[in-house]
Amino acid sequence: MSFLEVTLNLAEGFLVTLQIFGITLLCALPLGLVITFGSMSKIKPIKWATRTFVWIIRGTPLMLQIILVFYGPGLIFGLPAIPRITAVLIAFVINYACYFSEIYRGGIESIPHGQYEAGQVLGMTKSQIFFKVVLFQVVKRIVAPMGNEIITLVKDTSLARVVMVVELVQSAQNIIAQKSIIWPLFYIAVFYLLFSGLLTIILGRIEKKLNYYSG
Amino acid sequence: MAFLEIKNIYKSFGRTEVLKGIDFSLEKGEVLAIIGSSGSGKTTLLRCINFLERPDVGKFYINGEEIFNAEDKAYTDKEIREKRLHFGMVFQQFNLFPQYTVLKNVMLAQELMRIKGSEAKLTKAEKAEIRSDIEAHSRKLLDMVGLSDKVANYPCQLSGGQQQRVAIARALAMSPDVLCFDEPTSALDPELTGEVLRVIRELKTSDRTMIVVTHEMNFAKSVADKVIFMADGVIEEIGTPDEVFGAPKSEKTKAFLQKSLENPMD
Repeated sequence: MSFLEVTLNLAEGFLVTLQIFGITLLCALPLGLVITFGSMSKIKPIKWATRTFVWIIRGTPLMLQIILVFYGPGLIFGLPAIPRITAVLIAFVINYACYFSEIYRGGIESIPHGQYEAGQVLGMTKSQIFFKVVLFQVVKRIVAPMGNEIITLVKDTSLARVVMVVELVQSAQNIIAQKSIIWPLFYIAVFYLLFSGLLTIILGRIEKKLNYYSG
Repeated sequence: MAFLEIKNIYKSFGRTEVLKGIDFSLEKGEVLAIIGSSGSGKTTLLRCINFLERPDVGKFYINGEEIFNAEDKAYTDKEIREKRLHFGMVFQQFNLFPQYTVLKNVMLAQELMRIKGSEAKLTKAEKAEIRSDIEAHSRKLLDMVGLSDKVANYPCQLSGGQQQRVAIARALAMSPDVLCFDEPTSALDPELTGEVLRVIRELKTSDRTMIVVTHEMNFAKSVADKVIFMADGVIEEIGTPDEVFGAPKSEKTKAFLQKSLENPMD
């Protein structure tokens, strides 16, 4: 198998990796905010239910969660199987939304109370204060920790193969199994490195852009 | 009838009673200075008037209209938003919005109220017209506080005194009936207090009613029409600056004035 053939073969797997990455990010970013509101709710049952949920998700391996989402409904309720990739995406979105929500919460709680009060005395509504005053400041404060999670997500996508989704690592393993060559497995590191390098650059740009003010 | 009437305000935090029956009234255009040592309840009183704290007991009126009554049901968020616009507030820590320019800081709340909060559906042209109206108004206010050359700057690029002047323009933008200042110069370096006090002094016109919580005794003496000395959650002494500073009746007032003369707080 030539270098080009291997590359094209791996690229197919990499597309699946990108798909898991992109959809997870797109859905988990807003869902995380919803979970944050839950865990910061003044209504105690909502707050504790949300925090318990976050504890369970953060306290168990993502691999286990993927397995549970894929096999659970069939084993427990006798439901028909959902597509493998769907199960993977559900598990990833929920898992990452929980992590994001805690980063958001930290960011929101770090905003001085005076910002809320300034909005209040100017007659703003609660949602105006949140979306027009606080949110942007939160975004600026959480870019670095979010960057960490986002880069972790790139590599976590490899867990999808636990339910036989052929992402990058699995496509390399398929080549190894079929062609008895080992080097493609090391070659995939290049894909991950290039992609996380690109993300690092983008995140750096965002951080720089938000640095037009301090405080 | 007085323009602003504050009746029998009580406020506790847990078991600590901070305000123990505050009564006073102000005529339109009067400036009230509230002095007193830390922990006497001055700031809490101001925060109650601005709906940042809810008094346990008491009422207040503007122009005879009941603005707040502690015995009433809980007010809705909307009611509180409308009522608190009778009052403007300038904080000790300025609390400007760091991500917006000076001009936007002054414009934001007006835009949200008049454009986003509009009940009628506005056309693009109408929105643009309102926005330019708001901008003109805001620029005028920034000119008034001497910052017309800083409109495009961000708060972090300004000195503390300049930031506080922006905060004053921002509070004025909502055209409050009563403008409140919570120790407006306490967070400033001594050389910056003058510019802020000068702006407040210049704001004094026949129809602008103001309440200033301050440690600046000379400022209180020269600007205020009325002075309240607070101690332990009550009004220990109230009167004209001449009465309170010149011939204090209460021993506590005397002791406080003596101390702040010997050892000016800021």
